[in-house]
Amino acid sequence: MERIRPSNLSLALQDLTSGVGSIYIWPMLGWLEIKQRYRRSVLGPFWLTLSSGVMVAAMGPLYGRLFNLDLPTYLPFLAVSLILWALIGGLIAESCQVFIAAEGFIKQIKLPYTVHVMRVIWRNMIIFGHNLIVIAVVLLVFPPSWSWHLLLFPLAIFLLAVNAIWMGLLLGLVCARFRDIPPIVTSLLQVAFFLTPVMWRPEMLGRHQWALLWNPLYYFLEIVRAPLLGQGFSPSLWGGVVLITVVGFAVTILLFGRFRARIPYWV
Amino acid sequence: MASIVARNVMVEFPIYGTKSRSMKNAFMRAATGGLLTTGADERVVVRALRDISFRFDVGDRVGIIGHNGSGKSTLLRVLAGAYEPTGGEIDVAGKVASMLSITLGMDFEATGYENIYLRATVMGMRPFEIEPLLGEIREFSELGDYLDMPVRTYSSGMAMRLAFAVSTSVSADIILMDEWLNVGDPSFSAKAQARLTDLLDRAKILVFASNDEGMIRKNCNRILRLDHGEMTSLENI
Repeated sequence: MERIRPSNLSLALQDLTSGVGSIYIWPMLGWLEIKQRYRRSVLGPFWLTLSSGVMVAAMGPLYGRLFNLDLPTYLPFLAVSLILWALIGGLIAESCQVFIAAEGFIKQIKLPYTVHVMRVIWRNMIIFGHNLIVIAVVLLVFPPSWSWHLLLFPLAIFLLAVNAIWMGLLLGLVCARFRDIPPIVTSLLQVAFFLTPVMWRPEMLGRHQWALLWNPLYYFLEIVRAPLLGQGFSPSLWGGVVLITVVGFAVTILLFGRFRARIPYWV
Repeated sequence: MASIVARNVMVEFPIYGTKSRSMKNAFMRAATGGLLTTGADERVVVRALRDISFRFDVGDRVGIIGHNGSGKSTLLRVLAGAYEPTGGEIDVAGKVASMLSITLGMDFEATGYENIYLRATVMGMRPFEIEPLLGEIREFSELGDYLDMPVRTYSSGMAMRLAFAVSTSVSADIILMDEWLNVGDPSFSAKAQARLTDLLDRAKILVFASNDEGMIRKNCNRILRLDHGEMTSLENI
């Protein structure tokens, strides 16, 4: 009796959709990790808010001075940039561990692998939510000239989260197999922090600004940052993000489809 | 309907040494055709299950017997859907409850009530299905107001009672169990056995691994013998 087996590709897509759709599991697991980390502390997750606040307050005046920029324009830029970088960098760094850290689950029960990725994204988004307070305070003290572009902020965050899905699957998969990738990613992230306009403004590159177009992290940073700082809408950056999303998912689905079943044997 | 069909199921574990896990070696191997990194390519493969075929249907109480390392747990994990066979096919029809690790998903820093939700959600239940069970779990586990306290404050026996109470409150077509579950002091144990037996009686298929043949003969109507990953016999008793 010959039956049609579902293809690797359709199994990968099924994992993706049912994983994202497991809305009873990943929000709970992600939230639990936040609670767990701060269970016996007074401020709880607001420790993160506090440490981000201190960082911005300490680095703002210093780097404003170094770059010769006035505080009312530099501080909002720096606050938004640092906190967004914490989100992006955190997502990338933790993507390496998604499957390795979920070994107990993966070897015991059948759950869509995407659930573990969603859990990491959700946890980072909750942390980002706490850090938003710092951004809100700085922007209220030094309000930029906002326009309707502010409405693009939620959309940009959503796109960032969507991209974190393929990135988590891809990095999680590769790192489960090759254990020397996580340290490589960590050191690349440190370099990327300086190469990406987090502390410095893109305009400072002058006529070399084109070089930034080769930095995918710049696209994500800028589409989220610009609406908050009252800067204009850049079709080329948004177009770039859409392109990265499509290519990212295409590559990931192919690799994930091919190697998905190997994950429990690797972790 | 519930059934489990295995056709020539094969499970091979790659054992990666530090060499084959390294990307450098993978690159060198690709770039030099394996000339430079001889040895790194010698991936050791452990064949945990080979060529297993069977069919379990409603009413089957299958006991898996084998020595340590014979592949019992691996087979259960394949049935649970955690491992996909590296060769052959497995078809499981029906809702599976895996009792392979009854504390999976629990967090000892969280309270007893939170853990009921955690454990039950991991077993596939939805919040609205869990809520009606709370009272019964509270009563059965005899934990009372302790359920408001973090599980880390429990004795190990209390924690096991909670895990057992939640894990046995699911209903499923197929139940997988690695060794007979036994928790608590003698008085609780009797109660727990009654609850477990009741749950197992309601299940359509039970697959239970143990190296205690007496226990298997008492509770099962089919015996599958595993030896070094091979199925040596499948008999009805």
